[in-house]
Amino acid sequence: MNRLNLKQAKEGLKKKSFSSVELTKACLSQIERSDSKLNSFVTVTKETALRQAEAADKALDEGIDMPLLGIPIAIKDNFSTLGIRTTASSKVLDDYIPPFDATVVKKLKDAGAVLLGKTNMDAWAHGSSTETSDYGPTKNPWDLKRLPGGSSGGSAAATAANFCIASIGSETAGSIRQPASWCGVVGLKPTYGRVSRYGVIAMGSSLDSPGPITKTVEDAAILLEVLAGVDELDATTSQLPIEKFSKLSKKNLKTLRIGISEDYFIDGIDPEVEAKIKNAIKKLETEGAKVETIKLFDPKYAIDVYTIIQRCEVSSNLARYDGIRFGKGRGFFADEAKRRIMFGTYALSSGYYDQYYNKAQQVRTLIIDDFNKAFNKVDIIIAPTSPTLALPLGATEGASMFGEMADVLVEPSSIAGLCGINIPVGFSKSGLPIGMQLIGPQFSESLVLSVANQYEKLTQNEDWRKNKPEI
Amino acid sequence: MKYKPVIGLEVHVELKTNSKMFCACSADYFGQEPNTHTCPVCLGLPGALPYPNKRAIDWCVLIGLALNCEIPLFSKFDRKNYFYPDLVKGYQISQYDKPFCINGFLTLSNGKKIRIRRVHMEEDTGKLIHSTLEGEKVSLIDFNRSGVPLVEIVTEPDFETGTEVKEYLQKLQQLVRYLNVSNADMERGNMRLEPNISLQKPNSNKLPVYKVEVKNINSFAFVEKAINFEIKRQSEILDTGKIPLQETRGFVEKNSSTVSQRTKEEASDYRYFPEPDIPPIRWTKLQIGKLKSLMPELPDAKAKRFQQQYRLLYNDSTILTETKNYADYFEEAVRNAKDKLTPKQIANFIINRKVNIDDLQPAKLIAKILDTNKTNVIDTEELKTIVKAVIKANPNIKIDFTKGKQNVIQFAIGQVMYKVKRKIDVEKVRELIMEELT
Repeated sequence: MNRLNLKQAKEGLKKKSFSSVELTKACLSQIERSDSKLNSFVTVTKETALRQAEAADKALDEGIDMPLLGIPIAIKDNFSTLGIRTTASSKVLDDYIPPFDATVVKKLKDAGAVLLGKTNMDAWAHGSSTETSDYGPTKNPWDLKRLPGGSSGGSAAATAANFCIASIGSETAGSIRQPASWCGVVGLKPTYGRVSRYGVIAMGSSLDSPGPITKTVEDAAILLEVLAGVDELDATTSQLPIEKFSKLSKKNLKTLRIGISEDYFIDGIDPEVEAKIKNAIKKLETEGAKVETIKLFDPKYAIDVYTIIQRCEVSSNLARYDGIRFGKGRGFFADEAKRRIMFGTYALSSGYYDQYYNKAQQVRTLIIDDFNKAFNKVDIIIAPTSPTLALPLGATEGASMFGEMADVLVEPSSIAGLCGINIPVGFSKSGLPIGMQLIGPQFSESLVLSVANQYEKLTQNEDWRKNKPEI
Repeated sequence: MKYKPVIGLEVHVELKTNSKMFCACSADYFGQEPNTHTCPVCLGLPGALPYPNKRAIDWCVLIGLALNCEIPLFSKFDRKNYFYPDLVKGYQISQYDKPFCINGFLTLSNGKKIRIRRVHMEEDTGKLIHSTLEGEKVSLIDFNRSGVPLVEIVTEPDFETGTEVKEYLQKLQQLVRYLNVSNADMERGNMRLEPNISLQKPNSNKLPVYKVEVKNINSFAFVEKAINFEIKRQSEILDTGKIPLQETRGFVEKNSSTVSQRTKEEASDYRYFPEPDIPPIRWTKLQIGKLKSLMPELPDAKAKRFQQQYRLLYNDSTILTETKNYADYFEEAVRNAKDKLTPKQIANFIINRKVNIDDLQPAKLIAKILDTNKTNVIDTEELKTIVKAVIKANPNIKIDFTKGKQNVIQFAIGQVMYKVKRKIDVEKVRELIMEELT
């Protein structure tokens, strides 16, 4: 039952094929059985989940219709959850129990969701491996000797391993799409400002975007519809009305203009990744889509811009963890956080601000313009999500820029605040998932979801779709 | 004086909005149980975000407009990063290079214009309370004040005396009270001031190379004393050929002196950068125009109008416009009087009798003045003659008065009343006697 996707689970609950308690128990027992191998959860909230499932069953009996009623969902541990320990996978917050819910959590609860627990991540979301968690690394369900990616590695792994029906992650630059790619699931990074950041433990405040990690594109659309919208607690949320994402508007592929940039098939890209992505693009072309080669800035510039802006914001965002009001003292920060605090503090110091932060913001503006120009010519841009397959455990050791390199293909669009989605397009010979990203202009989630959904349908019966992780 | 004092002023004014600057907590923290006006935002809990208070921003701009500032159409908030236990986020949300208001001025009564460099918006911090609990020395933190809106008003170094500073502060206090945006109560900490003082050498037009900031000043009287003390202290150092230290000093009330708190080797590095949680603010000219139209008549303009419209003297109109309530009371009384009394008669009565405007309604005031006048049937000229006669007949009155014996006036009044043999306005008699004697 826990293998169901969100839409199937919803239908099953509605038809009374099973109850929310049964569904929740199926997820919980899968977690109990197998999470010792994956370490995808920091905290499992069994009792709360069962209580919520019982309430959901009661509501289902009364014929109440809510978008996520009775659906068990896992949430990344950087979302503040009322009365439930929230650590951001850092020992600094080992004993921190928040007195409030993040807006995303509140919306999930209001939509009837059952919260299974909090998933593992790189501490403070600093990383792309989930190996820098103070609670130990999460492992990739497709190969336990490999990394799930990150920082939302716990959510991606838990979704791929069917520990939950769907999960919530957050992306600053790649933290949803990249682990989704390595774990073979769908990961949607909404436009910056589309989903409220209130209650998400801040990493790079001008970049952070919460979003869903799911088993299908349609599931991502259903969740986005619940999560999106202006929030009176987050001044950076957009006033734009929420579209009916779950209806999956049908963009005619015959009028679709796809942009591809050779710079996104970078030197050193895994040849199997390159082949699968090009093959996927060809499939869309066969359906009538027009493929155009476009010139975009070399993604390497985005790494520099991202590194500076994100670390500057981090150095300020982590200042509140002084152990005075909550949590533990600064001595509990691990190396990666300390490195970022020092880097950011240095870059913001008097005399360096113009050279680093200000310059980075200027280049950021150029990158935004660059994308705007590209979107005059094409509707969406397609590229590999990650240049590599899931890397082995230990790959981050001694590589302080690991994250930036792993995320080189997702950073430009994050810097520009665009929306993007990772969808699985197949497997390597070694059995590791390969993901493709579709990037659209700001607030074009409907378009991106529509194309991703049509690709998913087109390839629904391909053999690789039958692959299941063995845990 | 040998040196020319160069004095600038930073004033923090706490706004009296209902809610705090970035959250919905009540901003009315004074005298409240500690840590009862808090939420995740003003406690800086993980994930909480600031949402700016529109009214506070409007009021900040209103203060700027009242101080003749330009309102740039683009403005933004910045983070000022520093550590202190009462600062919940490790940074204060403030404004750095794009404040809401710039380049204004305030005119002193001698016509001198004090230039306003900037007026910007920020948030207040919590409050540290050092006390003893069960025999142990502890530092407690009350976060009720954390996030209360503060407006900072910074002048150019245009003051030369403590008296000028004091007048500026009184006018500023009057202004924000007129705007009804702050109680500006010094004792409650609604208004906080930090003068910076240095001395310029004679015949030099370069600004001094050092600056001394004085903190802990909680009354206008003390600011004058602190400045006088600093001018003397710095003069003495300069006389010996040395240059005073660049430092922050604290005012000591008991002997009206200042003591060193910390020396500033160099400016603190606050690592300012734009606050990513709050989008920049872009005004339209129309919005600023609307705010301008909300501006009440300000004290100086009102005083001027009173002189023209009611034919009042400068001093009287200044007194009557001291507070907006006082001025409104006077105007209400004038309306009530119709044509039975002149505005000047009403003004004189209010000022001379020190009428308590909370005790006596304007309409009743008019009735009272009319009643008083009724008893005062005697012609002023006739009364003057009697007064003159009394003073002539009793030369001791003049002699004693010159010696400063005030109670001789009472004797003179008695003498005049005896001669008039009617019930008349004692105040009027006193006025005429004073006129005759001075």
